[in-house]
Amino acid sequence: MTATTETTETTAPSNRRAWLYLLPVLVFVVIGAFLAFGLTRDPSVLPSALLDKPAPEFELPPIPGRDDHGFSRADLGGEPMLVNVWASWCVACRAEHPLLNRLAQEEGVIINGLNYKDRAEDAMAWLEELGDPFNYVGWDIKGRVAIEWGVYGVPETFVVDRNGTIVYKQVGQMTPRVINEVILPLIEKLRREQ
Amino acid sequence: MTIELGHFALVLAFAVAVVQGTLPLYGAARRDPVLTGIAPYAAVAQFLLVAFAFATLVQAYLVSDFSVRNVFENSHSSKPFFYKLAGTWGNHEGSLVLWVLILTLFGAGVAVFGRRLPPTFMARVLGMQGLISVGFLSFMLLTSNAFLRLDPAPADGRGLNPILQDPGLALHPPFLYLGYVGFSTAYSFAMAALLEGRVDPSWARWLRPWVLVAWLFLTFGIALGSWWAYYELGWGGWWFWDPVENSSFMPWLVGTALLHSAIVLEKRNALKSWTILLAILTFALSLLGTFLVRSGVLTSVHAFATDPARGVYILLLLLIAVGGSLALFAIRAPAMQGGSLFAPISREGALVLNNLLLSTATATVLLGTLYPLALEALTGAKISVGPPYFNATFVPLMIPLVLAIPIGTMLSWKRGDLPGVLSRLKLAVAASVLVAAAYLALFDWRGVLAAFGYALAAWVILGSLLELAGRIALFRVPLGRSWNRFKGLPRSALGMTTAHVGLGIFLIGVTATTSGQIERILVMKPGETVTLAGYEVTFEGVSERPGPNYIAERGTFSARRDGELVAEIHSERRFYPVEGQTTTEAGIDTTLWRDLYFVIGDKVGEEGGRTVRLYFNPLVVWLWGGLVVMAVGGFVSLSDRRLRVGAPTPAKIRTAPAEA
Repeated sequence: MTATTETTETTAPSNRRAWLYLLPVLVFVVIGAFLAFGLTRDPSVLPSALLDKPAPEFELPPIPGRDDHGFSRADLGGEPMLVNVWASWCVACRAEHPLLNRLAQEEGVIINGLNYKDRAEDAMAWLEELGDPFNYVGWDIKGRVAIEWGVYGVPETFVVDRNGTIVYKQVGQMTPRVINEVILPLIEKLRREQ
Repeated sequence: MTIELGHFALVLAFAVAVVQGTLPLYGAARRDPVLTGIAPYAAVAQFLLVAFAFATLVQAYLVSDFSVRNVFENSHSSKPFFYKLAGTWGNHEGSLVLWVLILTLFGAGVAVFGRRLPPTFMARVLGMQGLISVGFLSFMLLTSNAFLRLDPAPADGRGLNPILQDPGLALHPPFLYLGYVGFSTAYSFAMAALLEGRVDPSWARWLRPWVLVAWLFLTFGIALGSWWAYYELGWGGWWFWDPVENSSFMPWLVGTALLHSAIVLEKRNALKSWTILLAILTFALSLLGTFLVRSGVLTSVHAFATDPARGVYILLLLLIAVGGSLALFAIRAPAMQGGSLFAPISREGALVLNNLLLSTATATVLLGTLYPLALEALTGAKISVGPPYFNATFVPLMIPLVLAIPIGTMLSWKRGDLPGVLSRLKLAVAASVLVAAAYLALFDWRGVLAAFGYALAAWVILGSLLELAGRIALFRVPLGRSWNRFKGLPRSALGMTTAHVGLGIFLIGVTATTSGQIERILVMKPGETVTLAGYEVTFEGVSERPGPNYIAERGTFSARRDGELVAEIHSERRFYPVEGQTTTEAGIDTTLWRDLYFVIGDKVGEEGGRTVRLYFNPLVVWLWGGLVVMAVGGFVSLSDRRLRVGAPTPAKIRTAPAEA
């Protein structure tokens, strides 16, 4: 951007070139404006095409060995709930799991699971070992339904309201802070809405 | 109690900085020797106060004083001693104290070692340093104070991010800061010159040692960071064009350009305003880096926890410091015309080419780093710019740069003799062609790019050595005389050769790892053997091993060559219960010729199978070795006599060009 300034060094001085000396500060002003804009954005928030839209149509079988009817679009709505995408091979899910247990047991939040590209034995062993906070769990062995939901990776957690609309999406592991400051207040709010 | 003393010292340091940033500048304008005389004392006092504050914080970490909020949030009593110490600067607040400590260290350094500087000039330099301190000390005291207490004191701390509990990363910030905070002196020298309205060769000579110190530490700091990323992140790569990496790399690139353009100014009294601009931009990019890392504007693998208020404050600092200096540049620099003329083919011409390429390269890195931000601002689209962009734009700019090095160092000032220089380089040309041909014939006949990379490395190493040989008239006069000439060479010449040879060694490492890395990702069961680049690699199994503050699953591999055990390699997955995080430690066996780099992953299946990643990285250690050699070159150059003595007493006389 400033490379041209040195021609003035080696050639005769010229007033017409004086504007070149202004160039650095002008370029910097533009950069500064972008940086100021950047401060208003949170780069860790990924846009979701599904936010504030009805959840997609889907139907999943149960994990073989778990006693439920699987998980489908018809199970959404009625009460506000969480949909948690998890897998037994995912380390962050392991870290997140105790929080889900707490949410289900102590806060009475309905949590449905979407078990992503997992083997049935591994998934069942996981639930036995770490506890089972889920109401229904769909077994998405091929990961097709996760694509419908726009899942980037595991874990991800969606908040779905009474009408089956996705109102929030947490990309990555939930932390106690996220739960206390975002998830629980949101669930409370949705519960109060009619 | 001590932490309150530290806090108090920091507030006092702020007061001293206010004095240092105002009275000497005013005194310099009024030619008042009493006011300008304050500057050196203020600079030293400020350093001592900040050093004391830093020491109290270190002490709080070492004794695990969890009543200090910063210690509670970032430390834990079960941490090993070394990481308690390093934890001091492993977080936003603590690292800022280190930042300011280094800033004041350089200020005090100028005050102590710059006694030959004219007093008004020194007052202006230190005044500017004082103003930077005012900005950062107030930032620290207002938004990021590491010296606050918690009441009641918690029983134990939250721990340090496990990925930071590593010797490479513990030492990385101090070196990095010595580098890019060190460039603040270049900035202050440039501002002082603009305020005085005068730039001359002696200015360049005063500036040079400070730029060299900052540059060599930054080189070393970047090398450490890259090495850390290599072994700790477990991806087998050494540079990821991550925004945070870029923000330390850009000051390095411009700082390198500055080192070279200052030579032209010193020897030939040309490129005046350009050198001033580079000095400003080098520190501007350091500040930009600080902003990017701490404001959370860009996502990165190693950003600090962020807070919008901090971002706004640093942005303000950035706007004042950089905007102000560039505006002053626009007003004052046009008056600094003149300088000696030179032909395009000359040492000056070669250094201008160096500067053009390095600054263009910086611009491409800057563009790639900020482009996602700009695009989102303009269109709302979210994208990230990855290595393909940087490889396609940055690498082609570096090729002519490296090609020009041996030629440029042999050209004479003012008007060079290109055919003559090329004929002196015949040997280097022949050797590079030979290297390329040998690589194609012996290793990989399709590896044209790799062959080119090795040829380029041979060219710059041999070319630099030939230049040195020419200086000492090797084989043209008796060896004894050559040796005497060698001993008589200025250290700066030796430093230059060393740094350029270091670049060549670095290039060898880059070429080898980029073209020769072999990667296998697979599931291995205990006892299973696969071959990797001629090694039989056996996965021996996994055992549990307790660490000081973690529990590790340790995977053991053995590497054999022709049935003979070459190395036993351990890769660990460490679980840190305090932080609830898992880190992966790659198992690496390093020799001069190759690294075997193994990583164990998750369990797969019932029979103890594991996902494993096996890398064969040829000559990878040359890469960091080359960077260290470059830094050593800077150090050698720093020991040059002329930087310590030889500076004429220039206060009143405008120094004439050294030779016409």
